[in-house]
Amino acid sequence: MTGKKEKRSLFEPTILKRALLDSFKKLNPRYQIKNPVMFVVEVGSVLTTLLFFHALFGKGEASPSFILQISIWLWITVLFANFAESLAEGRGKAQAESLRKTRREIMAKKLASADRNSGVTAISSSQLRKGDIVLVEAGDIIPMDGEVIEGVASVNESAITGESAPVIRESGGDLNSVTGGTKVLSDWLVVKITTNPGETFLDRMISMVEGAKRQKTPNEIALDILLAGLTIIFLLVTVTLLPYSIFSVQAAGHGSPVTITVLVALLVCLIPTTIGGLLSAIGIAGMDRMIQANVIAMSGRAVEAAGDVDVLLLDKTGTITLGDRQATAFIPVSGVDAKALADAAQIASLADETPEGRSVVVLAKEKYGIRETDINSLGAEFVPFSAQTRMSGVNLGGRQIRKGAADAIEKFVQSQGGTFPSDTRSIVDDIAKQGATPLVVAEGTKVLGVIQLKDIVKGGIKDRFSEMRQMGIKTIMITGDNPLTASAIAAEAGVDDYLAEATPETKLKLIRDHQAGGRLVAMTGDGTNDAPALAQADVAVAMNTGTQAAKEAGNLVDLDSNPTKLIEIVEIGKQLLMTRGTLTTFSIANDVAKYFAILPAAFLSIYPALGALNIMHLATPESAVLSAVIFNALIIIFLVPLALRGVKYKPLGAEVVLRNNALIYGLGGLIVPFIGIKLIDMLITAIGIV
Amino acid sequence: MTGNDIFQIVLYFGVLLLLAKPLGDYMARVYENQPFVLDRVLGPVERIFYRVCGVNADEEMDWKKYALTVLVFNVGGFFAVYLLQRFQGVLPLNPQKFGAVSPDSSFNTAVSFITNTNWQGYGGESTMSYLTQMAALGVQNFLSAATGMAVLVALIRGFQRHSSKTIGNFWVDLTRSTLYILLPLALIWSVLLVSQGVVQTFSEYKTAMLTQIITYDNPKNDAQGNVIKDEKGNPVTEKAQMKEQSIPLGPAASQIAIKQLGTNGGGFFNVNSAHPFENPTPFSNFLEVIAILLIPAALCITFGKMVGDKRQGRALLAAMVIVLAILMVLCTQIEQKGNPNFASIGIDQGASSLQPGGNMEGKEARFGIVNSTIWATATTAASNGSVNSMHDSFMPLGGLLPMWLIQLGEVIFGGVGSGLYGMLIFAIITVFVAGLMVGRTPEYLGKKIEMFEMKMTILAVLIVNALVKIGTAVGVSTKAGIAGISNPGPHGFSQILYAFSSASNNNGSAFAGLSANTVFYNTALGIAMFLGRFWVIIPVLAIAGSLAAKKKVPAGLGTLPTHTPLFVSFLIGVILIVGALSFMPALALGPIAEHLMMIGK
Repeated sequence: MTGKKEKRSLFEPTILKRALLDSFKKLNPRYQIKNPVMFVVEVGSVLTTLLFFHALFGKGEASPSFILQISIWLWITVLFANFAESLAEGRGKAQAESLRKTRREIMAKKLASADRNSGVTAISSSQLRKGDIVLVEAGDIIPMDGEVIEGVASVNESAITGESAPVIRESGGDLNSVTGGTKVLSDWLVVKITTNPGETFLDRMISMVEGAKRQKTPNEIALDILLAGLTIIFLLVTVTLLPYSIFSVQAAGHGSPVTITVLVALLVCLIPTTIGGLLSAIGIAGMDRMIQANVIAMSGRAVEAAGDVDVLLLDKTGTITLGDRQATAFIPVSGVDAKALADAAQIASLADETPEGRSVVVLAKEKYGIRETDINSLGAEFVPFSAQTRMSGVNLGGRQIRKGAADAIEKFVQSQGGTFPSDTRSIVDDIAKQGATPLVVAEGTKVLGVIQLKDIVKGGIKDRFSEMRQMGIKTIMITGDNPLTASAIAAEAGVDDYLAEATPETKLKLIRDHQAGGRLVAMTGDGTNDAPALAQADVAVAMNTGTQAAKEAGNLVDLDSNPTKLIEIVEIGKQLLMTRGTLTTFSIANDVAKYFAILPAAFLSIYPALGALNIMHLATPESAVLSAVIFNALIIIFLVPLALRGVKYKPLGAEVVLRNNALIYGLGGLIVPFIGIKLIDMLITAIGIV
Repeated sequence: MTGNDIFQIVLYFGVLLLLAKPLGDYMARVYENQPFVLDRVLGPVERIFYRVCGVNADEEMDWKKYALTVLVFNVGGFFAVYLLQRFQGVLPLNPQKFGAVSPDSSFNTAVSFITNTNWQGYGGESTMSYLTQMAALGVQNFLSAATGMAVLVALIRGFQRHSSKTIGNFWVDLTRSTLYILLPLALIWSVLLVSQGVVQTFSEYKTAMLTQIITYDNPKNDAQGNVIKDEKGNPVTEKAQMKEQSIPLGPAASQIAIKQLGTNGGGFFNVNSAHPFENPTPFSNFLEVIAILLIPAALCITFGKMVGDKRQGRALLAAMVIVLAILMVLCTQIEQKGNPNFASIGIDQGASSLQPGGNMEGKEARFGIVNSTIWATATTAASNGSVNSMHDSFMPLGGLLPMWLIQLGEVIFGGVGSGLYGMLIFAIITVFVAGLMVGRTPEYLGKKIEMFEMKMTILAVLIVNALVKIGTAVGVSTKAGIAGISNPGPHGFSQILYAFSSASNNNGSAFAGLSANTVFYNTALGIAMFLGRFWVIIPVLAIAGSLAAKKKVPAGLGTLPTHTPLFVSFLIGVILIVGALSFMPALALGPIAEHLMMIGK
C-alpha cells in the first residue's frame, strides 16, 4: 500500500552483474538437462565446437570460420537463456538477502512458564523450539513466529511488510500473531513460539522469493512436455535429413549432402528456443510480480491457480465498502422517546471500540447532547460481540442493554420473555432497503428502536467488478449483514451475488458448492474462524495482520493486508499464463521464416532449382544459415523484458484477448523473423564476416 | 479452372454436408442408446449376438481394459486374415484356383486391413480368392472401421462424463457401429452401385477375344527370370501379340461400398476405382467419392451432439472443410493447367467440349480432371486410400497436395473415427496454447488439459511423425528400399516418402510407380501401419480415461471459446505448423525440387 519499500528495478547494475556471472555457471549440463530444449542447444554447441576443431586440424565439412561463427552463436543462445533466468532470479535473491539480515541470531528471554514473572533464561533464538514461551519487551526483536498469550504492545513489522507504521499485537482475538524478526516498540508481550527453526514465516518467505525451492508448476510441466515433444519432432526432421540428402545427391548425380553444422543450426532454429529459454524466467518473474505487489506466494501453483479463478469471495468491509460504517440516525419504535433510545444506544456502545461503536457515541452526543460517561465508573459489565451471538452490549446493574442484528435481538428479547414489536421489523426493512445497516437496541424484554449505520461503497469499485465480469469472474460479496442490507449494497457496488448473514460455516459451504460445480474459488481472510474456508479455497489470501492459523491456511499472504489485493493477484496470475501462451505461439510461428532461410541454403548444391525458395534473397547459403541462427539467439534477449514484465494485461473477454494476442504474437511471429533475418543478413554481408 | 470444375466441387461439398447432418444425428442416437427406428428391427439380433458371445452389455470398461480389448480383438483379426490368405488354395470360393499368398505379403495385407489402411502390395484380381476377398478383407473393412468409431466414441464419452472411471464397453460400441451404421449404409451403397453396373457375382473370370490384335515389345528374360540387357543397358525386347483378354469378375459391389464408406480403400481390383467394373459411371463415381467423407463428416455432427454443444462439432467440421476445399481447388488448378513442357511443344491442353484438358496422364477419360482431383484430395484427406486416378502421374505439385494431406496426420476428415480423434488431439494442442493466451490454464469442453493429457497427446502426434520420417530414411538408405523406385531423381524420393506417409497414417494409397510387393516393403510398411494405428489408439484411450475421471468446469466469459472462427483458424494454424511444416524439408527434396526443375528455374 505504501511505496516506502525499496522497489528494485528490473535491470539494476548489481543484479545484471550477478546474472551475467550466473549464466555461465548454468552452462553445467547437469543444470541444463532440466530444460530439454536448451539442453539440445547446448549439445549442438558442443558438437559444432568439436566440428570446428576438426575443420581446423583436419579436413572439415565446411570452412572453420563458418563453423566457428555458428558455434559461437549457439553458445550465445544458451547463455542468453541462462541470463534471462538469472535476471528473473536476481531481484528475488536481492530481496531474500535483505530479509535474511533480519533473521540474525538474537538472544531470547525464555520463560519457565506462561507467567511473565516466572523467571527468564537467556537463550539463543536458534535453540528455541515450538511450544517454548518467551518474554519480549520494548526494544527487543521477536525471536520467532508465535502467538501472544499475554500483554499488548506496538510492534514495528516493517522488516516484513515494508510498512513503517507500528501495529498493535495483543493476546486473544485476531491480533495475536507475531512474526520473528519484527521489533517490539513499546510495552511487552509473552509469546508462545509456534514454529521450529527453519520453518518460520520468514524462512519460508526467503526461500520463496529466492526461488531456492522453486518447483515447476503443473501447467509449466505440461508446457514443458509440449515443448519437448516439438523438440523431438524437429530432431527427427533434422536427423533424417542427412540420409534424405545423401540419397538426393545420388539421385541428382551432383552436389554434397547437407553438413552437420547446417543440420545443427536448422535444429536449433526450429526447436522452440524462444519459449524454452524464457519459460523458467516467466515463472520466476510471475512470483516476483507478486512480491512487488507485496504478496508472498507460498507456492507457484497458487500464482497459476489465481489466473484460473472463477469466483471471488470478497469481504464487504474493507474491500467493497470503506470499512467504517457510521451511525446516522436513531429511529425509536412507537412509544419510545428518541432520546431514551440514544441514551441506551450510547451506554451499549461505550465499551465498543470499533469505529461503528464510536460513531454511535458521537451521534448521541451531537444529536441529543448526551455526554459520554466512563463505563468503569458505572460498574457496567461489557458483553463483547461474537460471531455466534452477533450482538454486543452491557449489563448495568439489573439492566441488560443489547444492540445487534434484528434476528439476534429478536432471539434475545424472546429468550428474556418479551416480544419483538411488529413496527421494528418495518423500520429495519426500510433501513436495509436503503443499503444501510439496522442495529436494533433492546433493554431486557423491551425493544427500544433501531440505529441506522451507513456503509460507504468505495469509489471505482463498480468499474472494477464490471471488468471482472468481462473476464468471466463472478464476484460474491460476503457480509454479516442481513439479506436486505446486503442486496442494497451489492446492487450499489455491482457485485454479482452476495452471501448475507455469513458465518464461517455458510462461507465454507458456499466455497464447497462452487467447487463442486467445477469452479475455482478465491477468497481473503484474516481471522482464525476464516481458516477452514481459506484452507478450502483454491486461492486463499491471508492478511499478514491475521492470525497464525489464517496464514497457515492460506497459500498467499498479503503483507499489506489489503483485501482489494485479490483482484490484483488474479491479474498477475492471468498475466503469467498469457505470457507463456503468447511466447509459445511466437516461438512456433517463427519457424516458417527459418525454413525459408535455411532449406534453400542447405540443398542448393543438390538441387540449384531450390534457390527459388530463397524468397528473402539472402546473400549466400552461409550468410542465410548464420542469419537465422543469430536471429534465433537475439530474439531471446529482445524478449527478456517482455518475459519479466509479462504481456500487457487488459480485462477483456477471452475471445477478444485471444484475437489480440493471436494477431500480435501469432501473425507477428510469422512476419518479424522474415524482416529480422533479412536485416541481419544485410548487416553481416556488409561487414563481410561471411 | 473451368466452370464445370467449380460446379463439381461445390456440388460435392453441398451434397456431403447435406447428408452428413442427418447421419450425424442418427449416429448420436445409436451411441447414446436413444430410440431410432432400426433398433426395433435389429435390437433382438444385437441382444442374441451378445448372449452368444457371452458379452455383458451393461458392464463398462475403464480405459486400460478398453484398450486391451481393442488390441486383442484386432490381433485376432490379424490372424484370421493372415491364415485365410495362406490357406486360400485349399478353401472354397476360389474359381481361379489361386494358390497361397506369400508369407510377407500375407503379413502386410493382414496388418493393412486390420489397421483400416488397406495398403495393397498385391493385385486383387490376380491374387485373392473370392473367399479371401469376402471373409478376410471384406469383414475387416467393417471391423476396422467399427474399431475406429468405437475408439472415437470412447473419447467423446471422456468429454461427456465427469468423475467417471469407465468409458463404455468396446464390444457394444463395435457391435452397434457395425450393425446399425456400417451394415445399413453399405447395403444401400451396394445396391446403388450394382444399379450402375458394378459387378457382383461368384462366377469365374471370362475370356474375351480382342477385336483388334495388339502387338507390343515384350522384354526378354534369361533362365533366372532377370531381364536381359544390351550393351547400353536397355532391355532386349521381342515382338509379342495379344489376341484375347481375361475379364476378372467377382463379388465386387458389396466390397466397394464398405471400402469407400469405412475409409478402407482396398480395391477389389488392382487399379481400384479406376477399374470400369469398380466404378463404371459418373454417378457411381459420385456415390463412391461422397462415401469417402460421409461418415467422417457426419461424426463431427455426432460429436457436437454428444458433448451437448453442436457448435463444437461444426467448428471441427469447418476446419476440415476449409483445409480440404483450399487444397482441392489448388490441386484441380494445377492439374487443369497441365504440363508446361507440353505447352512448349505445342500440345493443346485447354479444356473444351471435346477434351477435359490439363494433365490427363494416369486419369480416366470418363472422369476427367476435376473428378480425379476431388477424389485424390478426398481420399488422402480421409485415410481412405482408394483411387480413381494415379497420383504418381499428377504434376509434381498436384501430387504434393495429396501427400501433404496424408502428412497432416489424417485429421482433415481422416479415417472413420480415427480422423476425428486425431483432430481432437490437435484441438487439445490448440486449446493448450490458445488457452494460455487468454490467461487461464487450458481447458477443452470443460475439461482441464493437464500433464497427463499433454503427454498422451504428444505421444500420439510423435509416433506417426517418427514412423514416416524414420521409415523414409531407412527406405532411401537401404538397397532394398531404393530397388522399389521406378523413377530417377526427386520423384523416386517422393515415391518412398509417399509410401511411408501413407502406411504410417493408415491411408493406403500409393504413388503407383513403387514396387512395394517385396519382403522389405511388405515388412517395413506392415510395421509402420501397425504402430501408426495402435500406438495412437492407446494414448487416445488413455486421454479418454483421464478426461472421464475429471470434473467438468462450467464455461464462462473468461473461458476460451472453441467454436468461433478465430479458434478454427488457430486450429488450422497448429495443424499446418505442427503437422505439416515438419515435412517441408522432405517435400523440398521431393515434389518441390521436381517442380522447380520442371519449370526450369
